Amino acid sequence: MDWQFILSVSLTTAFGPQAVVFSLAAIGLNVHFGYTGLVNFGQVGFLAVGAYTVAMGVDTFGLSFWLCVFLTFLTASVLALVLGVPTLRLRADYLAIVTIASGEIIRLVLRAARFRATTGGAAGIQNFAGDFFDLNPFTGGRKALNFPGTDIGVTYSANQLWVLFVGWSIVALACLFVYLLVRSPWGRVLKAIREDEDAVRSLGKNVYVYKLQSLAIGGVIGGIGGIVFAVSRQSVVPDSLGTALTFFAYVALVLGGAARVFGPVLGSIVFFFLSAFVDVALREAIDADVINFLVGSEVGVVRNILVGGGLMTLMVFRPQGIIGDKSEVAVSVRR
Amino acid sequence: MSGADPSVVSIAQAAFVGVAPEPGVAKLDAILVVDEVRRRFGGLTAVDVEHVEVQRGAITALIGPNGAGKTTFFNLLTGFDRADSGRWQFEGRELVGVPAHRVARHGMVRTFQLTKSLARLTVLDNLKLGATDQRGEGFFASLVRPLWHAQEADIEARAEDLLGQFNLGHMRDEYAGSLSGGQRKLLEMARALMVQPTMVMLDEPMAGVNPALTQSLLGHVKQLREDGMTVMFVEHDMDVVHDISDWVIVMSEGRVIAEGTPEQISSNDDVIDAYLGAHHDAPLTAAEEQAQLAEIHAAIEQAVGEADG
Repeated sequence: MDWQFILSVSLTTAFGPQAVVFSLAAIGLNVHFGYTGLVNFGQVGFLAVGAYTVAMGVDTFGLSFWLCVFLTFLTASVLALVLGVPTLRLRADYLAIVTIASGEIIRLVLRAARFRATTGGAAGIQNFAGDFFDLNPFTGGRKALNFPGTDIGVTYSANQLWVLFVGWSIVALACLFVYLLVRSPWGRVLKAIREDEDAVRSLGKNVYVYKLQSLAIGGVIGGIGGIVFAVSRQSVVPDSLGTALTFFAYVALVLGGAARVFGPVLGSIVFFFLSAFVDVALREAIDADVINFLVGSEVGVVRNILVGGGLMTLMVFRPQGIIGDKSEVAVSVRR
Repeated sequence: MSGADPSVVSIAQAAFVGVAPEPGVAKLDAILVVDEVRRRFGGLTAVDVEHVEVQRGAITALIGPNGAGKTTFFNLLTGFDRADSGRWQFEGRELVGVPAHRVARHGMVRTFQLTKSLARLTVLDNLKLGATDQRGEGFFASLVRPLWHAQEADIEARAEDLLGQFNLGHMRDEYAGSLSGGQRKLLEMARALMVQPTMVMLDEPMAGVNPALTQSLLGHVKQLREDGMTVMFVEHDMDVVHDISDWVIVMSEGRVIAEGTPEQISSNDDVIDAYLGAHHDAPLTAAEEQAQLAEIHAAIEQAVGEADG
């Protein structure tokens, strides 16, 4: 078995475009769930809005790519208002119900044959990010960046490098943004709402407005994740925006540590590293005849079982996530 | 904690001299005036208050048996529930239909029967949250620290001051969730004071507090009056009511059935009936009981006779 190869593939995945997308999705969820206590089960809807604002804006309506990126702030906020205005006055479960449905509604509307001229239907829209890749300063073929003196490292194409450079910069900015927000009195109100919104109301804060703001901010961050998702593939297809994406983002968030600024980013990186590591290691082991009771087509399922079991073990022994605060969890359990 | 200032006590009690001990009586200087407030839950009328006034600067106790509608009444007044009908004025301002957070900003701040400490915030942050008009609570301003940094320091100083008064100074950096039940009551009261209210509504401030802390809490409630605030509180324990309240309002089955000073209330037959569940026609002597029984027997025999015939 080629451990250098296994590690390299795992690292390449861990820092790849997927990890950027899930980091942003999970940072948004962290604002919703980690800091405000809003249970949003439809984060994928915000990603879809981001992805399609750019794809449809450029391809269908002929707008400039950069204008569409800017428009995403607007469209994601509008979705937050549509979801939040009727539900945020009600108990927390209503938002969960509405968001899980809205994610699916958005996907089904986008893939409807009736709107094919606008949305591309089930086939989606391709090749809309030319403006972005025109600015790519990286040239040439695939580049390997190895740890000094080893063959272990990451390998990306020039276009991927450009996506990653911009993508991780956005992740860093999003983290800084969240950090600035949550250390402020505004963030204190959010955390207080998470604990008990009636108490916050009794102290003269308009809880409803704060919850709407939180939903919009987390949604916009998710929407930007959707843009990265679409641009990194130069393609957007409705069925790649299924409900599972939301829950993988939750996995990343809880794995890293909710209500921690870097929790969602770390969670995404670790999650993709582990998934890839188990996957490639199993395939290598099968090729090398170390494992002879599996065939290649079964690896995906077994990988999910192993990673899922690992995550459950982690939750049992470290419920606060990798960088969560243990005393915080202890307090909330005792409540 | 210093004892109650006798001059403040006598002023607060002087306001009730000559006020008739009857439901709905007018007060010398009412901060809160309630008229015909009703709240029904299905077929149950939880609150049905004709008229009640609360004296400014005094401690008013709201007592009554379980299910009398005290907490519902509190919820209505503070905007946590909507009345089916009625109106009320706080400092001359109509508060009907005003949402809870606006009620608090007008100066009427409440606490809760089941303490709502914000468990995963520190004790200090719990208090700082209570301060009103914080510039850093605006979304855009929150991103720019210099805009709110100075105000935050002032708020922190005020919070530390209150923590000291409430003997919570040593817990400032602990999570509120790690406090004991009594400390949470203290925390909640201190947090309410951060809003700088004119009227404090305490929903069972002594519930679940160990007796050692009760005295300290009572001292704090008296202190609110001395600091010029109006206090209204829900309580079950008559000893507590006797000790600190200047005026008592008694509710039963949603209605205000009696008002008066603690002394007047403790000798009020309606109140005793409400608490003990007695009926006005209940026999008072053995002879009366015999007479009533005889009457009932006669009535039954007559009814049976009619049915047979």
